[in-house]
Order: sequence, then C-alpha cells, then structure tokens
Amino acid sequence: MKVKEPFKFAAVGVIGFWLIAFTLLPNLLVVVASVLERGGDEFVALVFTPDNYRRLFDPLYLGVLLDSLWLAAATTLLCLLLGYPFAYLLTRMPARWRPLLLLLVIVPFWTSSLVRTYAMVILLQTNGWLNQLLLDLGWIAEPLELLYTEPAVIAGMLYALLPFMILPLYAVLEKLDRRLIEAARDLGAGRVTIFRRIILPLTLPGIVAGCLLTFLPGLGMFYVADLLGGARAMLVGNLIRDQFLSARDWPFGAAASVLLTVLMGLLLWAYYLSARRANQGALP
Amino acid sequence: MNEWVIELRNVSKAYAAHPVLRNVNLQVRAGEFLTLLGPSGCGKTTILRLLAGFEPADGGEILIGGQDMRTLPPEQRQVNTVFQSYALFPHLTVFENVAFGPRLKRIRGEALRDQVMEALRMVKLEDLAGRRPGQLSGGQQQRVAMARAVVNRPRVLLLDEPLSALDYKLRKAMQLELKQLQRRLGITFIFVTHDQEEALSMSDRVAVMNAGRIEQFGTPRQIYEAPENLFVARFVGEINNLPGRVVVAAPPRYDIRLHDRVVNLKSSRVFGIGDRVNLLIRPEDVRIWREWEGSAEERAALFPAMVEEVIYKGSTVDLALRLDSGDALSTTQFFNEDDQALMNLDFREGERVFVDWVHDWETILPHEE
Repeated sequence: MKVKEPFKFAAVGVIGFWLIAFTLLPNLLVVVASVLERGGDEFVALVFTPDNYRRLFDPLYLGVLLDSLWLAAATTLLCLLLGYPFAYLLTRMPARWRPLLLLLVIVPFWTSSLVRTYAMVILLQTNGWLNQLLLDLGWIAEPLELLYTEPAVIAGMLYALLPFMILPLYAVLEKLDRRLIEAARDLGAGRVTIFRRIILPLTLPGIVAGCLLTFLPGLGMFYVADLLGGARAMLVGNLIRDQFLSARDWPFGAAASVLLTVLMGLLLWAYYLSARRANQGALP
Repeated sequence: MNEWVIELRNVSKAYAAHPVLRNVNLQVRAGEFLTLLGPSGCGKTTILRLLAGFEPADGGEILIGGQDMRTLPPEQRQVNTVFQSYALFPHLTVFENVAFGPRLKRIRGEALRDQVMEALRMVKLEDLAGRRPGQLSGGQQQRVAMARAVVNRPRVLLLDEPLSALDYKLRKAMQLELKQLQRRLGITFIFVTHDQEEALSMSDRVAVMNAGRIEQFGTPRQIYEAPENLFVARFVGEINNLPGRVVVAAPPRYDIRLHDRVVNLKSSRVFGIGDRVNLLIRPEDVRIWREWEGSAEERAALFPAMVEEVIYKGSTVDLALRLDSGDALSTTQFFNEDDQALMNLDFREGERVFVDWVHDWETILPHEE
C-alpha cells in the first residue's frame, strides 16, 4: 500500500489540478463576471450589480430562452421517438452483427459536426440536392423553402444528436432481462402492459440519460441554428456567443451562461434522483 | 372430461436442427406433484417452456385441461411459472410483484389487498410487502416468486429448478414448505430438477429424462427400486453394477453366473440362456461379513472382497470394496445403536471381508454398454 501511495497522490493530484484549473476556476470567473458591470476597455468593471440577471428576464431574452427550450425539447422528443425503436431493434439483431451496427451509429462522430452541418446546408438549400431530387421525381413543381426554417434547425440538431440518444438507450435495452418479459407474459400481461409496466420503467434511466445528452447540448448548439436557421433563429447559445464576441457585453453573456449551467445542473440532479430510485430496486 | 390436467402427445422440439425433445408423451393428473428429473440439457426445462407457451412445439400436441394449446399465447394460459432466476420485477415492491397478476384481472382495492396479503402470508412474507426484491435474501426472493405465481390460482404451477440457487439447509426447508403448500392449495405442480434426492422426496411421480426422452415415469419408489434401464439406475442414487450371464432360465427365476459364482434370482423380465445381464445392487442393500463372522459353509456362498477405502459419514460408514473378481463395489453401512457390540464399523483399509446382498432387492437388466 505504502509503495502505491506516491502514484496515487500524483494521479489524484493531476486530475484535481486539471479540474480546478480548467473547470472550477473558469466557471467561477464566469459566475463572478455575471454579477459585475460592463466595463470599457477591460470588458468588466469591478462593480457589483444584479442587473445582468434582471435583463435576462426581459421579454426579448426570455423569448430567446423559451425558443431554445422549445427547439431543444422538440429535438429531444424526436430523438427519443426515433431512437427508442432504433435501439430496441439493435438489441434484437443477431449478436455478431451488433458491434458493426453500433459502429455505424458512431461513425458520424469521426467527422466534425460543424462540417456535417455544412453538408446539411448543401442538402437543404433552395437549389440543393433534396429539392433537386424532389423536382426530378416530379413530386414538387418548384423548390421548397427548406433552409433557414425551424424544421431545418430541428433536422440539423436531430442529425447531430441522435447517436447520443441511441447509445444510452441501447445500453439499458441490452441489459434488460428478457426473462422479466416472459414472467410478465406468464402472469397474463399483453404487449402494451409489458411495455408500460416493465420495459418503460426499467429503461427509464436510459431514457433520462439519452434525453439529457440530447437536450443539454441542444440548448447550446449555436452553430446549427446559425447555419440552418439563419438570422431568424436566435438561441441561448447564439446569445451567449454574441454577447462575448460581437456585443462585447461579457457580464450579460456570463449571466446567460450561468443560467444555462444552472438549468443543466437541475436536470442532472433530476437524473441522479431517478437513477438512484432505479438502482434501489436492482438485484445485487 | 379428461382425467389428465396436462397431456403431451408425441411432442418434439429442436433448436437449430439439434433435437431437444423426441416424441415425448406425458400425462399429469390434477393435483399431482410431478417432477421432471434429468441431467442438464435433457429437455426438462424445454417441456416447461412449451407448457408455459414461451415456445411452440415442432410436432405433437399439448393439452391443458383437455384444450389444445397450439394457438394460445402464454398470457392466456392457466399456468404460472416460478422461474429458476425468480425473474422478480426489480422496480416493483414485493406487494406489487405479487399484485401483478391480479391487477391484470382488474382486481382492485380491498379485494386486491386481501388476495396479495393472503399469498404473502402463505409464504410468510407479509412483513416484507414494502421491500424491493433487491433488498431480500435468496430464500425470500424464492418465496416472492412462489407467491406471485400462486396468487393467480393457476391450474398448473410450473417450477423450473426453483431451489437450485439456495444453500443446502435452506433448500431442505423449502422442499418441505413447497410440498406442504402444494398439498394445501391442491394445485398441480410440475417441478423441474436435476437433484434426484429432491425429486424422490417431494414428488408423487417422477419422469426421469435423458437426451430429450422420458426414460422412466413412475412413483419415486418405482424409480429407485425398480429402474427400467441403466440410465435411470445410475442417475437416481448410487448403484453397483455387476456383469453376469444367464445360465439357467426358469421364469420368473434365473440362475445367473457372476464370475465363479452362480446365484438364483427372480426377475419379472424375460431372459434366455446365455444372455448377458447387469445386476444392479444399491449400496445400502449390500451386507458385509468380517473375517471372524460366519462359518466356513456360510462363507462359501459369499463374495470375498478387499476394503479399499473407508468413508465415515456420521450416520453411515461407506466402504469402497474390490471384489476378488476385480469389480468395484460400494456399500453403505448404517450404525445400529441398539447393537453396539456387534455393529462395530471400524473397518480398516486393506481388510478382507465377505459380502452378499439382500436377495430379490437387486434389479436385473439386459446388458447395455
């Protein structure tokens, strides 16, 4: 034990230093900045003010926040509706195919999501591939306005985030004990009852994890809204970026950022509670 | 109305061209405790799965209460299963696990509470109704699985090695409880196990299975005392197997030569002169004379042997003997407390002894490899 201790100390030390220097301190700086006043040359002036938070509840910004929540929620719901059956089918595939199919789910990660979003632009623009295809098939008479619409943003976010939904769902569905389903059938349960009373509650931790993994990034994915939504879609992520880079209002950007972090923290806390509840019942 | 609650007619089943059941016929009486006994992979669990409806049979008929089960899914069959792994719902409390079946029958409120609590009382778990399966011991989980099944009052309860995960003492206690529960409820039990002792002590009838076939179907006594073939004889309990040859056939009596001795034995089977046979003798039926016991004339009829190993087991002493003919013979001697002076079981390894057995307690089977 004694021999291992220097190594243990070093390992914990490096991780601790890393977390403090690159996570805790920057976040503290953001929190501090969020209650300061906007400065001249230094970006912030060392004067305390709660104004930044008050401004966030201005209808203009509240609208941005609600828009973001709506877009992220819609994307998450679509991811769930697509991802759950997808993940379920994956677990029903022959065991030797599954690793390959899972790999195919992950392959898009090998390309930067920014590049993939640009690819979506090429697909969706007025003289893009999708419109061309529909025109050639004779299904439409003139090109559709696809790009720079809300559905385009949702489609882009869906494409970027779907794997984050599928993977945790796959993990819980894979673990699901088939014998429990047999037991439920044996006791007289039909398909709907089995899904509602057995499969759904037992895969709830995966559903919550998948929703968090799509909803939280969904709130901050400013580049998708930028590229596919144009100027019309202003999301919290865009707002924060604009405050820091264009408007140069660091305290207000920081306040928006803190709000987003708190929101995510609350969701993670909810996840922790649900996971703890689920684990309580698990067999040892 | 048919007297059988369950009937299997020529049922066969294969997994990926590998046959697991070959033309199985089985009839179960209402209220009977029937055990399917066999080594792993013999098809006994498959029979339960076919009865529960989790899998279809490839051929043959399965009748429950006289009704063909071919198109009836598991959720509509009047059978319930106690799974080997218990398969309790981990996210539901003990109460909700047991209430699962009754709720599906739209039983609510007081009636539901009464039914569930009665089932839990039956397995002595009423105090743990609020716990989750993960907070229970193996034996308690087993009881929940029982309560969850019997609360539905099925015609037939299927039990798939329900006691195999429990330790020896608990298993013994649960065997007794299970048997009592079955008597009290009057439900037909079909019990699967690979433990022959469990099968003999609990069942009304036992079906010994091997390689997808039923080798013998009868009462525990018939199975143990009159095995129909070598597999059953060897699988159920320990048994000695001496090769012999019929020299005089006068049914039902036969003279059978065992090496240099000829013994006159009775058999309900028909053998011809010159037939090779297996003489099967249970270890507890072997009698042992020590060198100073019996007269020379008496000894002439006995088989001389050498003690190779002495195993003290508390209530018995087991000996591994080597007959002078070269055959191995194992014996079990019970201590006799009334007769301590004579029943001195202090055998030594290397000691010479003389043995025979209680005649007519043996089983004679045609020779098979």
